[in-house]
Amino acid sequence: MSLGHALLGLLERGPGHGYDLKKAYDDQFGQDRPLHYGQVYTTLSRLLRNGLVQEAGVESGSGPDRKRYAITDAGVTDVENWLGTPEKPEPYLQNTLYTKVVLALLSGREAADVLDTQRAAHLNAMRELTRRKTDGDLADKLICDYALFHLEADLRWLELTTARLDELAKQVGR
Amino acid sequence: MTLLSATDLHKAFGPTPALAGAGLTVDAGEIVAIMGPSGSGKSTLLHCLAGILTPDAGSVHYRGVDLGSLPDGKRSELRRTEFGFVFQFGQLVPELSCVENVALPLRLAGVKRRDAESRATDWLEKLEVADVAAKRPGETSGGQGQRVAVARALVTAPKVIFADEPTGALDSLNGERVMTLFLAAARATSAAVVLVTHEPRVAAYADREVVVRDGRSRLVEHAG
Ligand SMILES: Nc1ncnc2c1ncn2[C@@H]1O[C@H](COP(=O)(O)OP(=O)(O)O)[C@@H](O)[C@H]1O
Ligand SMILES: [Mg+2]
Repeated sequence: MSLGHALLGLLERGPGHGYDLKKAYDDQFGQDRPLHYGQVYTTLSRLLRNGLVQEAGVESGSGPDRKRYAITDAGVTDVENWLGTPEKPEPYLQNTLYTKVVLALLSGREAADVLDTQRAAHLNAMRELTRRKTDGDLADKLICDYALFHLEADLRWLELTTARLDELAKQVGR
Repeated sequence: MTLLSATDLHKAFGPTPALAGAGLTVDAGEIVAIMGPSGSGKSTLLHCLAGILTPDAGSVHYRGVDLGSLPDGKRSELRRTEFGFVFQFGQLVPELSCVENVALPLRLAGVKRRDAESRATDWLEKLEVADVAAKRPGETSGGQGQRVAVARALVTAPKVIFADEPTGALDSLNGERVMTLFLAAARATSAAVVLVTHEPRVAAYADREVVVRDGRSRLVEHAG
């Protein structure tokens, strides 16, 4: 999962301090693993270096949390591309996909499109495996079956999440 | 070449809309999966495409001919000669043997019994169920019964086969055998297949998929 993209997505709602971002992240995604401040500031300075965020005012005083950050146009484009590009279909994507869906909802984008794009990529991979399986020997079949069942489990999750988007939108506060 | 196309189909049963703007095109020889949650309108869409149901609005064209413009007699003739059907279960006549079931569409088209049954036997062999030819459907397993049903759908050399959850009542291994033999036979005869399924592993046998949600079809671009 890319923390940079998640923080950029959260900044789309308006500029904020590192502390605000950590809190917003933990509220939405940090149920079992809250972020460390260190991760937040390292990621923000990388985003700053790459021109994806800019400083939106520095307050007087000391400490790392004097700066406010705002997303730049390049940052918005980066989020846009990330949400629009399916993840490589492989098991255990739920963290990344969940984050994408929530950020799409928070930013008023079509979360169903994120899920459908991913769904198409998954089914494409399944078609490829099915083809390999049809032409292959028994060992190929067994190996392909294993991958097929895992991708199918992911697809079921995508389908169920699509069916629950309205409910999820309420919960994330839109 | 476009064989079958449906535009902006609407169909309601009482107050509930089953289709609300669904559309689809099928090329000759192409295998298309129609996916979606249960109750989303997949079967209704299939029945409209096959001319079994008449949509309230929108149109279905088969080889450029508007199905809605055909008189009932012409439409059922088209279904008999150009289309084949495979359903989840209950499509075989219980009083007839399997080979008689497969021969039935040919007999209805006026083919002599001996000829019809010999062609039926060929198809039972292709689907690897020649051993149940003399049995009644009730004496076969679920997987064998579905392969007999596929043989019956293919015996008239249709241009389009409509299949609604053909493996819905089967376990993984039997479902796989049905799909492999069914689609190999369809590809060998260049028949197009419209395959309704809610199972991703079954849809993965198709060339592409169309997702139906709330009576609308969504075409999702394939990501590389
Ligand atoms: N003959 C019918 N009479 C009344 N309602 C129907 C009939 N056929 C379908 N429906 C309704 O239309 C909707 C779509 O059904 P269907 O096309 O069978 O969905 P799917 O095949 O995707 O499960 C459902 O709400 C279903 O209850
Ligand atoms: Mg159905």
